[in-house]
Amino acid sequence: MHTPFTLRFLSSIDRKSGIALAVFLAVALLAVPLLHSAFPPESLFHVSTYAITLVGKIMCYAIVAIAMDLIWGYGGILSLGHGLFFALGGYTFGMYLMRQIGRDGSYGADLPDFMVFLDWKELPWYWHGSDSFLWVALLVVLVPALVACIFGFFAFRSRIKGVYFSIITQALTYAAMLLFFRNETGFGGNNGFTDFKRILGYSITAPETRLVLFGLTALLLAATFVFAKWLVGSKYGRVLTAIRDAESRVMFIGYNPLWFKLFVWTVSAVLCGIAGALYVPQVGIINPSEMGVANSIEIAIWVAVGGRGTLIGPIIGAFVVNLAKSWFTVSFPEYWLFFLGLLFIVVTLLLPQGLIGLWKSLRQARAGKGGKA
Amino acid sequence: MFKTLLTLLFAVCALSAQAAPDPALVRQLADEDSSQKVAAIQQLTQTADPDTLRVLKAMSEDSLYLAGDKVVVIDGDAAFDAASGAAIKKPETADAVTVNNRLRGELANALAALKLFDADPAVRLASAQKLQSSVSPAMVPLLARALAQESDEKIKSLLTLAHAQANLGNRDPAARLAAVRALAKTSSPAIKTALLPLTDKANEADSRVRYAAISAVKAIDSNLSRTEKIGQIFSGLSLGSILLLGALGLAITYGVMGIINMAHGELLMVGAYSAYAMQSLFRSYFPEAIDWYLLAAVPVGFFAAALVGVVMERTVIRWLYGRTLETLLATWGLSLVMIQGARLLFGAQNVEVANPSWMSSGIELLPNLVLPWNRLIIIGFALFVLALVWVLMNKTRLGMFVRAVTQNRQMAGCVGVPTSRIDTLAFALGAGIAGLGGVALSQISNVGPDMGQGYIVDAFMVVVLGGVGQLAGAVWAALGLGVVTKLLEGWAGAVIAKIVALVFIIIFIQKRPQGLFALKGRFVE
Repeated sequence: MHTPFTLRFLSSIDRKSGIALAVFLAVALLAVPLLHSAFPPESLFHVSTYAITLVGKIMCYAIVAIAMDLIWGYGGILSLGHGLFFALGGYTFGMYLMRQIGRDGSYGADLPDFMVFLDWKELPWYWHGSDSFLWVALLVVLVPALVACIFGFFAFRSRIKGVYFSIITQALTYAAMLLFFRNETGFGGNNGFTDFKRILGYSITAPETRLVLFGLTALLLAATFVFAKWLVGSKYGRVLTAIRDAESRVMFIGYNPLWFKLFVWTVSAVLCGIAGALYVPQVGIINPSEMGVANSIEIAIWVAVGGRGTLIGPIIGAFVVNLAKSWFTVSFPEYWLFFLGLLFIVVTLLLPQGLIGLWKSLRQARAGKGGKA
Repeated sequence: MFKTLLTLLFAVCALSAQAAPDPALVRQLADEDSSQKVAAIQQLTQTADPDTLRVLKAMSEDSLYLAGDKVVVIDGDAAFDAASGAAIKKPETADAVTVNNRLRGELANALAALKLFDADPAVRLASAQKLQSSVSPAMVPLLARALAQESDEKIKSLLTLAHAQANLGNRDPAARLAAVRALAKTSSPAIKTALLPLTDKANEADSRVRYAAISAVKAIDSNLSRTEKIGQIFSGLSLGSILLLGALGLAITYGVMGIINMAHGELLMVGAYSAYAMQSLFRSYFPEAIDWYLLAAVPVGFFAAALVGVVMERTVIRWLYGRTLETLLATWGLSLVMIQGARLLFGAQNVEVANPSWMSSGIELLPNLVLPWNRLIIIGFALFVLALVWVLMNKTRLGMFVRAVTQNRQMAGCVGVPTSRIDTLAFALGAGIAGLGGVALSQISNVGPDMGQGYIVDAFMVVVLGGVGQLAGAVWAALGLGVVTKLLEGWAGAVIAKIVALVFIIIFIQKRPQGLFALKGRFVE
């Protein structure tokens, strides 16, 4: 019998995940705004703006982690260039935010401050239409998709894989970083974009705007999760996993791995781009260091810590690593890199399945004991 | 007519050179009007005898005074008559001769010109070199005289150039023509600039001189572009040797053993900090042998990095053979730990590593083209390290074992190769080579905790471009990448050149996924 698409889509979510999702959305969309506005700042139950910004930021990272997991955990392709797509989304949306500053910049000109500084008289062609929210929202999807599609098509067609692929994605993001560091590229050089004032006419620092952005990020995270869950459970997802495990065999059966890889690669890039676009208004700055080699590798460690090949793992990983980061950088700034480095080593050596795998094996051990007793 | 006058004037000047400076001219030095003073300085310079030198020197040192109508030199309690040089009684009242900035410039030029007649050839050489950039038409007779006296060939050729430059403003077309022809053989941008006005009809009426000037400018242009090309290729080779030093260790660990070592840059850092440590050690204990600290740093850098390599292999990498992507992440973690360790040990700032004195200065191949010793030595050192690696891998028992384990681990184990020890040794060797690279890099770039991060992408690009498992590939890739980058830099700037090189590699890998020198064979995976 033919089931409608929406039903199939929703039925990919099992009951437990459904409850978890509902709780998550209820907390993010109802409880947090309520706790933030109903209680005074000194109250125990008050959720501070700092906490909202921090969690909002980490939720953006979690979306990136899911995107990374789709390509690495399910596709077996380790990208060391996902920071590029995140930053591209951020820069594209940043162009809109820069235009929203209007004449409130320190030079009071129509052009963004850094262009006045460079003595440019008019906007470069690629800034055309950047004052329209809809056009920019479209670009946030299109730019990473286009870059990923072109790069991915040639890379996958030449059957570049494994470490080779990782290294050239790293070279790609490194080259892009160098490009964006130049003032002449037209994206603010090493300062990037900052000092945003408004978004859609609303003040960007207002608590209400922050709550809306926070809610949107939570919604997108939930949507990404559901979408990824559906994707990996579909026939497409099965073929993708098969390519990961035995590419030659899949090819001999008659599938062309190129299109499967290219699709998941592009989808992953687009998700990163959208996450980047939501990240920039919340954090208030985007600069070329987001494209640095180290940032992209850190994305991989979020996924590895949580457990790749699962979908809840990357979210947990993104939260654990980034909460640890914000705690360390405040309390013991000198030891953060030691911690992060050891995390890389310990996870790869001892926890190949991440925290999810650890939890599963602990439960199995307990169940085994219970069975014996 | 004018020519005869000039010759006469020249003869007069030459005659007066034998005598003490003209008292009238010396008096003019203390004139109220600066222009008169300048004229006096220029005329005095023509005489070029020790007395003039003494007077002008006194003037530039502010010890020239006007007492009544006599110009005197007052040095502490002693006083001399400026013109004759005879000691006199110190006058009661004396007005200092004021020397403003314009006069100081004139005096500096005049003193430099007078040094052309110094007894010491080194002083004459320095003076002639200085005059290359600041020669005025008024100096023609002086230069001609210096040229006639000069016996040293090198100084002579420099003086010929200066003389020709000064003659460009000569009123006699024949003199100008000779000057232009003499200058055509050089390759200095300054001389080109001096010749350019002569190619214009508005400035140069004589067509013979004009044509000569045009062809001279052309000749200089081609000379210039040739030296520029040579310079670019040299700096390309130099960059290539740096890339090679950065990548050679990786060519063993990644190229031969297949280990993605993201901490490779930090092994370079260990080598560089070894150089720093040896420098500090020599400074404290053997300050007289400080110039040779670098030689001591070479083995120390090798063994320090190799030791770190052994620890890395035994604790982490050993457990990840065959899982390349995991190796990548774990070694990245190692690199973070090492960076932070270096920060805690040596501080977050860059440390200062000085070149030994025998590495400073350079060989002057052509005017405008100086090859610095430190670059040359690094090219030589890269060749030495390359030869070392080649011999170790191809001519020693260890190298044979490494190759055997790479080709067929089980079979090698069956015939008695201690495979796990060979893994450790081979990784230590790769790490040690990286340490050697680090010692060399400490001489030309910043030494700091973050220095390794800058090389890691480049090093991988070199190994990937060259083809995994190929030493020759790494060499060609490093040199090719270095020269291409430097040539691109010539017309597009450093950053664009780097981006273009990276994009080129990305495209190249699409075309030849196995690198420049792939092992030939047919396989599916």
